[in-house]
Amino acid sequence: MSSPRGPKACGGGAADRPIHVLAVDDSSVDRAVIARLLRSSKYRVTTVDSGKKALELLGLQEPNVNMIITDYWMPEMTGYELLKIVKESSELREIPVVIMSSENVPNRINRCLEEGAEDFLLKPVRPSDVARLCNRMR
Amino acid sequence: MSLMALREQLNGLVNSMFLEGLLDDQFEQLQMLQDESSPGFIAELITLFCGDSERILAELTKLLDQAVVDYQKVDAFVHQLKGSSSSVGAQHVKLACVQFRQFCEEHNKEGLKGIYFFRCLRALNVVKHEYYLLRGKFDTMLQLEQRIQAYESKQQI
Repeated sequence: MSSPRGPKACGGGAADRPIHVLAVDDSSVDRAVIARLLRSSKYRVTTVDSGKKALELLGLQEPNVNMIITDYWMPEMTGYELLKIVKESSELREIPVVIMSSENVPNRINRCLEEGAEDFLLKPVRPSDVARLCNRMR
Repeated sequence: MSLMALREQLNGLVNSMFLEGLLDDQFEQLQMLQDESSPGFIAELITLFCGDSERILAELTKLLDQAVVDYQKVDAFVHQLKGSSSSVGAQHVKLACVQFRQFCEEHNKEGLKGIYFFRCLRALNVVKHEYYLLRGKFDTMLQLEQRIQAYESKQQI
């Protein structure tokens, strides 16, 4: 069933609280791009530069995160590892996780989807990719 | 210079960058995301990209200067630069990085390792050339934008 709202007004969540997306990417350029893309669709965005920081934020009392979008290749903890931790956690597993990667590697994509990723976006990320995510929010 | 002339100059510059292939469709998509709620988005993005790129180019120069070159580290940095140039729409820089990575991968081939090192060094120089060419035009672009915005805010008073 599709949302009655169009892609532009995608950010309105339950009780009109903006949907909160946590974006994880070690590249400052990519963080700026994904944040702008999401904010122009009216999402609330928090950006962090590592999986570790993402988990710290998610571990807070009220993280209120409706979706996680993460880069695949990051030093120390990859997006795949972050995905696994989220899906193995009883508190976090319901949060949809989207993986981004600059490389089109079918094995990688399948592995992420099998592990429970909601979607896999090829970089560079564009407005049409974000519009596609609209229906996948919690 | 009049506001209209400034705008014409800026449009002319950006159009020529598209025509020459310095910028691609990705940059155009990002331009459309700049609006009243984020008037400084493109300027911020360009600043981030340039800072990041120069840091990476400095690291690459250092790595290729070592007695024994760590090609894995070189490749990792070129991959980063390829990623950010792709995200921003800096097409020539991105393509130069793709070329560079190919040479990195070849360095393990039997014999004549010196030649592959030389090719990597040259590939780095091509990346630097493309980057600084782009950076010069980005600088002009941002200066023009600033002057235009100054004009526009004066007009609103």
